[in-house]
Amino acid sequence: MPAVLDIHDITVAYQRKPVLWDVDLTIEQPQLAAIIGPNGAGKSTLIKAVLGLVPTASGSVQVFGQSVAQMRKRIGYVPQRESVDWDFPVSVLDVVLMGTYGQLGLFRRPGTAQWRFAHECLAKVGLESFANRQIGQLSGGQQQRVFLARALAQQADIYFMDEPMAGVDAATERIIFELLKELRAGGKTIVAVHHDLRTVPHYFDYVALLNVRLVASGPTEQTFTEENLRKTYGGRLALLDAAGDALQAGSARP
Amino acid sequence: MSGSLATSSTGAPAQGAAPATSQSDAWSAWWLLGGYAAIVAVFAAAWIWRAIPERDYPLVLGTMATAIVTNASCAIVGCYLVLRRMSLLGDAISHSVLPGIAIAFFLTGQISGLAIIAGAMALGVLTSVLSHSLHWFGKVSEDSSLGVVYTTLFALGVILLQSFASGTHLDADCALYGQIDFVGLDRVPVFGLELPRALLTQGVVLLVTVLIVGLLWKELKIVSFDPALAAAMGFRVLAIHYVLMAMVAGISVAAFESVGSVLVVAMLVIPPAAAHMMSDRLRHMLGWAVVFGATSAVIGYMAAFETNTTAAGMMAVVAAVQLGGAVLLSPQHGLVSRWLRNWKLSLRIASEDVIGQLYRVEEARAERRVDAEAEAFVRPQLRSLLERFAWWRVKRRGLTELNSEGQIGLTTAGREEARGLIRAHRLWESYLQTHFALPHDHLHEPAERMEHFIDPQLRDELDAELADRTVDPHGKKIPRDPQTDQQQA
Amino acid sequence: MMLPYNTLVVLSGVGLLGASAGLVGAFAVLRKRSLTGDALAHAALPGLCIAFLLLGERNLTAMLLGALASGVLGNMVIAALVRWTRVKEDAAIGTVLGGFFGLGVVLVTGIQHMSSTGSKAGLDSYILGKTAGMTAGDVYLILAASVACLAVVLLLFKEFKLIAFDGDFARSLGWPVYGLDLLLMTLVAVAVVIGLPAVGVVLMAALLIMPAAAARFWTERLGRMLALSGAFGLAIGVIGTSISATFAVMPAGPIIVLTGTAFFLVSMLAGTKRGVVAQSLRHRKFRRDLAERRLLRAALEVSKLSGNATFTRDDLRQRFVTTSAELERALDDAIRHGAIEPCSSGTYRLSSEGKLRAVEIARGHRLWEALLVEYPELASSVADLGSVSITPHVPSEVVEDLTARLRAAGEWPELAP
Repeated sequence: MPAVLDIHDITVAYQRKPVLWDVDLTIEQPQLAAIIGPNGAGKSTLIKAVLGLVPTASGSVQVFGQSVAQMRKRIGYVPQRESVDWDFPVSVLDVVLMGTYGQLGLFRRPGTAQWRFAHECLAKVGLESFANRQIGQLSGGQQQRVFLARALAQQADIYFMDEPMAGVDAATERIIFELLKELRAGGKTIVAVHHDLRTVPHYFDYVALLNVRLVASGPTEQTFTEENLRKTYGGRLALLDAAGDALQAGSARP
Repeated sequence: MSGSLATSSTGAPAQGAAPATSQSDAWSAWWLLGGYAAIVAVFAAAWIWRAIPERDYPLVLGTMATAIVTNASCAIVGCYLVLRRMSLLGDAISHSVLPGIAIAFFLTGQISGLAIIAGAMALGVLTSVLSHSLHWFGKVSEDSSLGVVYTTLFALGVILLQSFASGTHLDADCALYGQIDFVGLDRVPVFGLELPRALLTQGVVLLVTVLIVGLLWKELKIVSFDPALAAAMGFRVLAIHYVLMAMVAGISVAAFESVGSVLVVAMLVIPPAAAHMMSDRLRHMLGWAVVFGATSAVIGYMAAFETNTTAAGMMAVVAAVQLGGAVLLSPQHGLVSRWLRNWKLSLRIASEDVIGQLYRVEEARAERRVDAEAEAFVRPQLRSLLERFAWWRVKRRGLTELNSEGQIGLTTAGREEARGLIRAHRLWESYLQTHFALPHDHLHEPAERMEHFIDPQLRDELDAELADRTVDPHGKKIPRDPQTDQQQA
Repeated sequence: MMLPYNTLVVLSGVGLLGASAGLVGAFAVLRKRSLTGDALAHAALPGLCIAFLLLGERNLTAMLLGALASGVLGNMVIAALVRWTRVKEDAAIGTVLGGFFGLGVVLVTGIQHMSSTGSKAGLDSYILGKTAGMTAGDVYLILAASVACLAVVLLLFKEFKLIAFDGDFARSLGWPVYGLDLLLMTLVAVAVVIGLPAVGVVLMAALLIMPAAAARFWTERLGRMLALSGAFGLAIGVIGTSISATFAVMPAGPIIVLTGTAFFLVSMLAGTKRGVVAQSLRHRKFRRDLAERRLLRAALEVSKLSGNATFTRDDLRQRFVTTSAELERALDDAIRHGAIEPCSSGTYRLSSEGKLRAVEIARGHRLWEALLVEYPELASSVADLGSVSITPHVPSEVVEDLTARLRAAGEWPELAP
C-alpha cells in the first residue's frame, strides 16, 4: 500500500533565504494531522509547495504513490480565508458547488445531481438555510464552514487545509472538528496547518512540527513533547507556557 | 450551552446590511433589469419617431444596433476583468492593439474585417505575455510592466499609423475616436434588409463571446473567484487567463469601429462596475452589464445627436452617469438604500425604546396612567428628529394614546408589545448572568442592545434554557408570554 | 555647432519635463500606482476644454490650471468610489479614466463644431503632443512647475518615503497619510498636465513610468533612484526630441516614448543591481553550486553507508533526488573541480580533496540545521542557502557551542579512516 503522503527533500527559497529546507514528511495511513510551528515557519508554504502552487528549489511529492498532477481528483484544498473577494457575486450554494467542478470535465456544467450533493454538504455544516445568501453576508465562522462544505463537495481522499480554525468562535471550531473527525472515520486524511497549540492534543492524532525544517513528526502522543516543542519554538518563554498548558491538557485526558 | 443557540441564525445584524437574496429576489432582479431596458427602449422609439425623418430610420437603427452589439460584447468580457481586478489590463490591451490595426490597414487598406480581429487577438495575448514576462523575469512590479508594454506598443502604433495612413482618409482622430457616425453608410444586403457591415462583424463577435463564456462558464467563474483553489484542482489558470486576454483584444479591435480605441476602456469597465453594484449573482451581473452597455449606446447616441457631438464620448458619459445612479440607488448596495435601511432600523429601535420606557414607568408606579411628572421625566429626550419620529410612529400604530389631561400612556396593544420586549430584555439578562457569570452592572447594556433582535421563538428557547425562571437578576419580574397566558386561562 | 534658438527652447522644455516626470513618477511607481498617471492624463481633458470655453481663447496657463483641477477631481472621485462603494481601485481608475475622457471628447468636438476659426489646434495635439509649438514662455512655465515639484519632494522626502514603503505604519504614527497621498497624486497631476501639450495623453503615462522603472535596476536606495530617475527622464526627453527633429516628420511624443523603452530595456538587461542578465547569472551559479554541494554530500553518505569507496549514478540518485539533467551537470562540475574521479565504467569515487570538501559541506549543513534549532531568530535573519557554513554569519562562540553539541550527540561528520 503506497503511503498517503510522501514528501521528500522539499526546499523552497525566496531569493536565497530558505522558507522550507530539506523537509521530509511521510504519512503512511489516514490520519488527522496537524502542521504546527512559529509564524513564518513555512507551514502554508509547505502545503502550497505540495500542491504545486509555489516553485520549489528541490524535492518531490507523492500522493498515494503517484505525482500530485495525476492525483488531483483525490486531493482537496481549503485555502486561507483572507484570499477571497467577499464582494464576488456568488451565493453560498454557488461556492459549495465549485467544489464539484474538479470532477466535471471541460465545458460541462454542474447538473441536478451536483446541486443536490452541494445541498447535502451544506447541510452537514449546518448552513443549509443560508444557501441563497451572497457570501459577503456571512460571519467569519460561517464563511469558514462554507469553505469546509466546499471541501466536502470535492470528495477527496486527502485534504489540505490552511488554518481551518483560525478566527472562528468556539462553537464553530467544535463543529469543524466534529466534521473532520467524521471524515477521518471515513478513511480520509486531513493535513491541516493549525494555529493554536492548546488544542492540538484534543483534535489531532498526528503532528508535524515545522520551523523551516521539519523538527519532528509522528503520532501526537509521542511527538508532541516538551523537548520537541522547545526545539521548534526555540527558547520563547510565552510560547513555552502555552505549550506547557497544552501538554498538561493533553496528559490530563484519560 | 445549547447547540441550537450556537447555530441560530438570529443575532444583531450588521448596521444596514443587505437582506438575504432568495429565489424570489432572483426573479425580481430580472424584472428590474428588463423593466429598465424596456423603459429606455420605449423612450428611444419615441425619440426616433419624433426627431428622425422616416427615410433615415435604417441608418439610425442600424447605427444604434451596431453600438448596442459592440457594447454588449465589451460588457460581458469586462465583467470578468472587473471581478478579477484587471480593469487596467483591459485599458492597456485596448491601447496596445494599435500597431496591429496599423499593419492591417497597410496590408488591406481597411480597418474592419474578421482577419484583423484575429490578428489583434494575438497582439492582445502578446501584451499579456510580455507584461507577465517583464514581471516574472525582470522583477518589475505588475503595474509598471503593464505600463511599459502598452505605452510602447501604442507609440509604435501611432508611428506606423502616421507612416502608412497619412494622406488617406484615415487619420489619428478617427482611429482614436471611432467612426460610429459613419457606420450606417456602409451597408450590405442581408435577407432583404440593408444592414451595416459593421453590425454583421460585431454580431459575429458577440456570438463568439457568448459561446466562449457559455462553454467556459464554470472555468471562468472559479478562476476569477478563487485562483488558488482552481490551480489546486487542476484547472489551467494561465490558459484561461490568456483566453480572456485574447477576447479583450479581439473585442477592442472590433469596438474600434464604433467607439475608437480610447473609449473602449469605458465600455469595458463602467457598465460592469455599475452591474456589480446591482447584483449578487454572476448571471445577474452579466445581464445588468449588457443592459447598461446597451442603454449607454442608445442614450449616448440620442444625446450626441441632439447636442451635435460625438456618440463615442456621450456613450462613455452616459455609462458613468448610470454608474452614479447605481451607486446611489441600487436596491441592495446603493448608498441611498443603505441609508434608508439604517434609518428604518434606528426608527424601529427608537420606537421600541419608547414603549419600553413607558412600560417600565407604569410598572414602577403600578398605575395605569402616567402622571405629569413622569411625562416630564420622559419628554426631555425628544431632542432629535429620530425620537420625534419614534413617538409619532408609536402613536400612529395605536400603541400609545393621550388621556384627557394630555398625558401619554400605553394602549392595550402597546402594553402587549412592550411586555414582549421587556420579557426579551430580562430573559437575556438572566441568560447572561447564569451562563457567563457577568456581574450585575454588566447586564443591562448588552440586553438593551439585544432585546430588539430576540424574536418570540428565541425568547421561548431562552425560557426553556433558564428553566422557567420568573425573576431577572435585578429582582424584577419577567413578564410571561402573552400567548401562553391566554392558553392557560 | 550652435543650435538654433527654437531647438534649444524645445530641448530644454522637454528635458525639464522628463526630469520632473521621472522624479515624481518614481514615487508613483514605488506605490504601485503607475497607471494613475495615465488615468490623470485622460481625466484632465474636460478641465482643459472647460477652461478654454470659459475664456474663449487659448491661454495655456488657464487651460493647464483647468486640466489640473480636473485631474485632482478625478483622483478624489476614485478615492470616494473605493471608500464608499463596492467598486475596487482598478475599476474606479478605469471608470474615471473612461468617463472623464468621454466627457472631454464630447467637449472637444463641441468646441470644434461651434468655433469659426480652426481652433482645433492646441486641442487636437492633446492626444499626440506637439513639441514644435513650444515657446519660451511655455518653457518658463515648465521650469517653474518642475522647481516647485522638486521643492515639495525635497521638503517631504522622508514622509513620501515612508508612505511609499509602509502606509499603515505611517498612519499609526499619526501622519495624515490620506492628505500626503493626495499631495503626491497632485504632484503627479502637475507633471502630467505640463507634459500634455508636449507629448500628449497616453505617452505622458510612459514618461512617468519608464525613467523610474529603468532607474530601479541600478540601485537599491531611494535617494539614488530618484536622482537617477530624474536624470534618465532628462536624457530621454532630450534624446527623443533630437531624434524626432532630425529624422521624422511625426510628432515627437511616440519617438520619446520609444527612447524611454530603449532605456528601460537596456537597464533591465544590464543593470548591475537588479538587471536580468546579472540576476540570472547569479541565480544559475547559485543553483549549480547548490546542486554540486548536495551531490558531494550524497556521495559521502553513500560511500560511508556501503563501506565502498566507489558508487554509481544510481547510488547517488537515491540520496540526491533531482532531475537527471541536474544530476549530470552536478556530476560534471564535481569532476571538473577535481572532487570526484571516474573509475571503471559507470562508477566513481571521491578524490582526497573531494572527501575533505564533502566533509566540510556536511559539517556546514549540520551547523545550519543546529542553528535553526538552537538559535531560530538568529538563523532567520542570517539564513543564506548560498553559504556553505554558518561561520561567516554568526559569532564564533555560537559556532563553537553548536559544534560541541553536535559532537556530543555523535552527529559531527568525520572522515572515514
